[in-house]
Parts: sequence; structure tokens; C-alpha cells
Amino acid sequence: MTFPAQGPAAPQLNGVNRPAPGPAADEGLARRLRALACTAPLHDLDARKANLAGEYGVYAMAEVALAVIDLVTLNMDFDTGADHEEIVAKVLPRVAAQTPGRPTAEHERVARWVLENLINVGSVDRGFRAVYGTFTTDGEYVRRDYDFKLIEEVPGAGGSVYLRATDEAVNVLVGALDTDVTSAQIAAEVKLEVLISRGRLADAQLAAEQARYRTVQYAETLRRTLDATRRNVRAVDWLETVPDMINEALDHVADRYRHENAILTNIRKARDEAEEPEHKRRAAELVDIVKDCIRRHTQLQSRLLEAGPLFRAEQDRQAFATPVARAGLDLYGQLVAPVLPLPVEQATRVTDAFFAHGTGLRTPAAVRVGDLVEVLLTPPVEREHLGAEMPEPDLVATPDDSRFSEAQLDAAMALLDLPPDAPRRLSGLLAEARRSDPELPYLVALLAVHAASPPVGTAYRQGEQQLLFAVDDGTELADPEFGGADLIVGTALLDAAGMAADRSEAA
Amino acid sequence: MTPYDADETPQPDLASPPGAPDRGAPAADGAPAAAGQTTGQTTGPAPVTPADAADAARLVSFGLQPKLLPARDADYGELLRRYRDDPAFARLADAVATGLGLVVLEVSTRAGMAVTAAEDSVFAVRMGDYARRASADSADRFLHGLAHLAVAALAFPRPEDLADDGYIGRITVNGVDAFVRQACRRLEERAEQQGENTDPATDAPGLESAWRIYARRSATGATKDARRLAGSTTGIIAKAVTFLVDSGFLQRTGDDAGGAYRTTARYQLQVRDMAGSAAMAELLDLGIVPVADGSASLLPGEDTDALDLVADAGLPFHSG
Repeated sequence: MTFPAQGPAAPQLNGVNRPAPGPAADEGLARRLRALACTAPLHDLDARKANLAGEYGVYAMAEVALAVIDLVTLNMDFDTGADHEEIVAKVLPRVAAQTPGRPTAEHERVARWVLENLINVGSVDRGFRAVYGTFTTDGEYVRRDYDFKLIEEVPGAGGSVYLRATDEAVNVLVGALDTDVTSAQIAAEVKLEVLISRGRLADAQLAAEQARYRTVQYAETLRRTLDATRRNVRAVDWLETVPDMINEALDHVADRYRHENAILTNIRKARDEAEEPEHKRRAAELVDIVKDCIRRHTQLQSRLLEAGPLFRAEQDRQAFATPVARAGLDLYGQLVAPVLPLPVEQATRVTDAFFAHGTGLRTPAAVRVGDLVEVLLTPPVEREHLGAEMPEPDLVATPDDSRFSEAQLDAAMALLDLPPDAPRRLSGLLAEARRSDPELPYLVALLAVHAASPPVGTAYRQGEQQLLFAVDDGTELADPEFGGADLIVGTALLDAAGMAADRSEAA
Repeated sequence: MTPYDADETPQPDLASPPGAPDRGAPAADGAPAAAGQTTGQTTGPAPVTPADAADAARLVSFGLQPKLLPARDADYGELLRRYRDDPAFARLADAVATGLGLVVLEVSTRAGMAVTAAEDSVFAVRMGDYARRASADSADRFLHGLAHLAVAALAFPRPEDLADDGYIGRITVNGVDAFVRQACRRLEERAEQQGENTDPATDAPGLESAWRIYARRSATGATKDARRLAGSTTGIIAKAVTFLVDSGFLQRTGDDAGGAYRTTARYQLQVRDMAGSAAMAELLDLGIVPVADGSASLLPGEDTDALDLVADAGLPFHSG
């Protein structure tokens, strides 16, 4: 798709009266024109929705498009990107919300249409082109093509295709990308901490999401660098630059990890203690986002640790082999590298020469009329869409191997349901249990030992009325089967109302 | 490459053992071969017989089946031995090849009878036959050529690898794509640093920098039937490697990263003796003289001019 420039009839303000602006002034203009061009595909969606067969005017296509770019950016993983279907499925609720009355098939069609147009499936480059004009150093006016993509498709594992948001798309989305990745992230996180401590979760979520965009970009930059290292050892400076870079990145990971864990602890507390469901939900979302950041950092770190051994193995292979007497042609350094900066017209001459001499030979096919008839009459082989039939899995019921039955547990709980004013010795409980069932004392002993460290925090948060506890007062347990302390087991009543008041205060 | 004048009469070879009666024995066509032997025995140095010519042509025909391995075919192996031991036969086989429009790269048990098409030979591969779009679209033409060049560059990353007969290169389709993209990105960054505006003028597409053509083509794309998108760069590279497999230049080793391949001896010969020099000649013709001292060193700081582009790849973060 090409967005044409204004026609030549557009009046030039800098005609006779003013000299043509220099290239320096023009450069900023060109940059802004390109930034502007990135938004054109989104506007174009709304302009073109009228052409779709059906009543699609009610959909806000630009909104759906931005949501898609958002989703793709958030789903961009270290190794792969977002899956087509996943994106369509995730954006569906938003499309459906725009027109609740319409059928799901139509919503899906809109989602797909937007996604396909963001990829620009129709063009061979699968990208967009905008035309803009600049002045050269000689003051001559030149029209130029600006090619860009918003969402690109990249190969994933096993031949699958994934989506990635391009830098241009992230620009459109986040804006102001011309900043240092690291410092921007630190700033975003400091902001987040402050916001959380003041309890302003709505803003905090926005800041956390922005921090995650930054994290994704950071990981992407590192992935590219490590890929280059893997491909060609001599291509990178392993004496200083790369070790420095790795150390810097590891420091970064350690730093971020500490930082984000601290945030996580804070928000978790906020989540657990928040009373208002809206706050609780926001805090829970925030926890997910920060967890995701931590996961990405961990992934990054493992990549960084792989780099060293990889370098040593490659060095062994490349540097310590017996040198070959004759020197060969350096295909990359002497052919690929010089060819790429050439204008395509000249470069094609070189690649053509390589192709003509580098593809080997083909024996020309001679066709017999008899074979030809047979070939033409053979029906085409049907491509199997579903693949081979899956065999029915043979399921075997797993035997119930629990040591104690439900009835035993009920009996033990009944035994331990003590009145709050009358705690009992463990020895007495065991003896009583043994009278009804020889297995029961084991379960009672287990529950009693657990009660020695009662889950106070959970009970506090869940507003429990009472709690089973066990205390060791130094008395030795005299029992034929068990040894240790003769615990005092009892029930403590909890002040549920007081705790609730406490919690709402904390929130 | 063995330059050979086809008009030259094969000279009787005094060095060949006169009493080598089993020389033509393994040839499949028994009767004429026996006749050849008799002549050979009676007159000493053997004149060329139709049986010898048949054997020589047979050896060349083996060479025309690039995927055939000498180790797998007893006849092929026997004819190769005869080529090595019998210079008169060798000249005959060379002459047959030259006459057919073939260039002999090497004849050995590892590479077999490695022949390739001379320019304008009926065996030559033409870009138009290779990819239909390539003849119409200059960008596609360039991308297909570049794909072949990039596959070779990644299969033999160092000059030593290309020179070392025992070296086996390993490539993957996605690896080649990532490699070229990386190189393109570096050029883009460099152009940005120098403040160049690389967007091409609208009315002169031929002047667009080559790397931009590659950079703006998408790497892959979803298709309705889950096949690779033919116009994407991985599609173009996959086409190139598949073609090279059919040429007996690569062998498929797995499905990782879009398809993994390793090189054969023939590919190394083809790139070293034919393609590399032809492309270099074209480049020199354009007035570009890439310099390299031939020893790519691992030590940083010793980069040759040719490696300069790789070395100042500007590592990690290009922020602002």
C-alpha cells in the first residue's frame, strides 16, 4: 500500500521569497514525516472499512489496531513472538464490546481483517510505503520512499510463524523511543514504587505496563547481539566489548530482579489486604505483570550465561585448527559485505555472476509424448489436511493410594475439635484415637505436629473464627508408637471483627 | 578447472603399464572393451577405441548425476580409479566433458567426477528458469542471487574453511536469513550515524541500496496452506538450498531452524573455483577492490579492511 505524497500542485511556501531550507532543517522534518507515516495505516483502516462488504462502519478500526499492536508487543517473547490465533482470540472481546449485538463470526472477521492489514498481507514486502519529499544539499527537491512495517512475521520453532511488533509500531504505541532503554526503565520503576506506596494503583498499572514494554525492547536488543556472537566469533570483540556488555547486562538483570522482587512483595501485600474488589483486581494484574518481567529477566540471564562457553567452543574449532597452506577467498568480507551497500543495479551484476557460476548444472529434461499424456491425466494427489488419525489413548484408572481414608480424616478432625477452654495432652488424644482405629493415631499425631506451627497469616487474611494450635511445655511423650514432646493441643478463638478492621486500615 | 583443448589428439601414454589387461575389464559393455584390450596389448600404447570413449562418456554421465556418490556405485568408483591411473583415459574423459559444454572441477573419489556447466552450455541454470518472478522484478532477481551468495558465505565463514578440503560447513535456512539481516541492520545503523537519508528517490529504484531491498522484504509470512511464503526471504533462501541439494551441493541433515544442511565437497569446489572468482571479477569490474590478507584472525584489533564492517558492528545498545 502506498500513501501518495501531495501532488506537485501543492504550493511551495519557500518559493522565490525564501531560499530553500538546508538539509539540516529538513532532516527533522523528514523524521517527523516518517513518524507521521507510521500512523497512516491505522487511519487508513477507518477510511477503508466502508469498502468492506457489510455494515462495518460501527467498528472503531484504529482502536482495534492499536489493541492488536499492544497485544503483539506484550506477547513478544525472548525466542518467538505472538501467535496469530492467540492475538485474534485476545482482541475479540474488545471487538465484541463495540457491537455486542453482532454475530461472533463477524467480530472474528473484523479482528482478522485488522491484523492482516497491519501485516499488509496483500503486498509482496508485507510492509507499507510512504512517499515524502526532502531537499538535497544542492537545494534540489527529491521525493523519497519510506518503507516500514508495523507487525512483521518471523519464523518460529518447527516452521511456525510468529508476529512481532516492529520498532516503528512500538514507537507509535509508546512514543518517545529516543531515550536510553536502561534509564527509562529505572525511571518507570521508581515511579511505580512511589505510586504503589501512595496506593494509586490505576496509575501504577500504567507505569508497570510501560516498564514491561521497555523490558521487552531490552531483551530484543540483547537477543540480536547474542545471535551475532553465535554466528561469527571474529565478528565481535571478545576482549573487551562483549564481556563488558555481558557484565553490564548481568548487573542489569541482578538489579532489576532485586528491584522487581521488592515491588512484587509490596503489591502482593497490597493485593492480599485490599478490600475493594477493584483494587484487588488491579493489584493482581500488577502482580502478573511484574512476575512476567521477572520471568523475562531470568530468561535473559540464562542466555547471558550461555555466551561464554559458546565462545570458547567456537574458538577451539576456529582458532586452534591446523592452518591451511593456501589462503582462500573471504566470501563474507570480500563479497557479501562490499555488495550490500551498492546500489541494487550494480549489486545484481555481482549476485548474477555468483548465481550463474554457483548453482551447478541441470540436465535438461526431455519429455516423451507418452509420459506427458500420462502425467497430464494423473489426478492431483489430495493434500491431507488433518493428518493421520490419532489412536484412542488407553486409559487406566490410577489406584487410590492415600494412606488415610476420608472417614479417618473426619474421625481425627472430630477428635481434635476441642472446646477453646479445655486443651488436651497429645498422649490422651492418641490413646483415645487408638481405641477406635489402630491407624488413626498416626493421622492425629500428624495434625498435631502441623498445629505446632499454625497458619496464622492465612487465618488472619481469611478472617477465620478459630485456629488449632499445639504447644510444647517440655513434657516427654510416653507412648508405645511415638516419641518426642507431649504437646498440649487446643483451639484458640480469633477476633474476626478486629482483624477485619485492621485489614481495611492497612489497605 | 581444467582447461582442455578438445582438438588435441590424445597422445599415447608411455607411462601407462603396458601389461594392464584388466584396465577396461569392469566396463559394463563387455565385447567392445575386450576388443580394446586386445589392441592395447598388441601395439603397446593404446589408441582410443570406441570402448574407451564409451567409458569416458559414461564417467561424464556419472558426473552429471551430482547426487550420486562414488562410494555407493562400484562402476563409478572403478572409472574414477581408471581416470586417476590412466592419463590417456583422463584426457579422453576431459575432452568428452569439454565437448558437452562442461568444466571439470576435480576428479577424485571424494567429489566424484565434479563437473559444472560452462557459460552458455545447455546444462547451465538460468535465472529466468529458476524463479519466474526474478526475470520481471529486479528486486526479486537480486534477492535470489544474494540468497545463493549468503548461503555460500555462511557455509564457509572463513577463508580457511573454503580452502580446507576436509571442511564441512553447516547452515540453516533461518540462520542464513538472520545473518544477512544482521549485516543489513549494521549498514542501516551506520547510515543513520552518518545522518544519511537512505530512502531511495521515487523515480530511480535502481539506485536504492542493495541492503534495503533485503531489509524491507519480510522474513516469513503465514500462508493458507502452512507452506513457506515464496516471496519472503526465508522462502527465497529455502528455494536456494533446495536447489543446491538437487545440485548435490548440500545434504539435508534436519528440520531445525527452517531446515539444516551440510555442504559437500562439490559445493566447496564450485564456490572456490567458479562462483567466488566470477563474482569477484564482476565486483572488480565495478571498481570495487575488497582487500583481505587472507588470514581472518580471531584476535580483536587486527581486523583487516574486509572485516572492518563486521568488527565495528557496534555492540550492544544503540540508544540515542
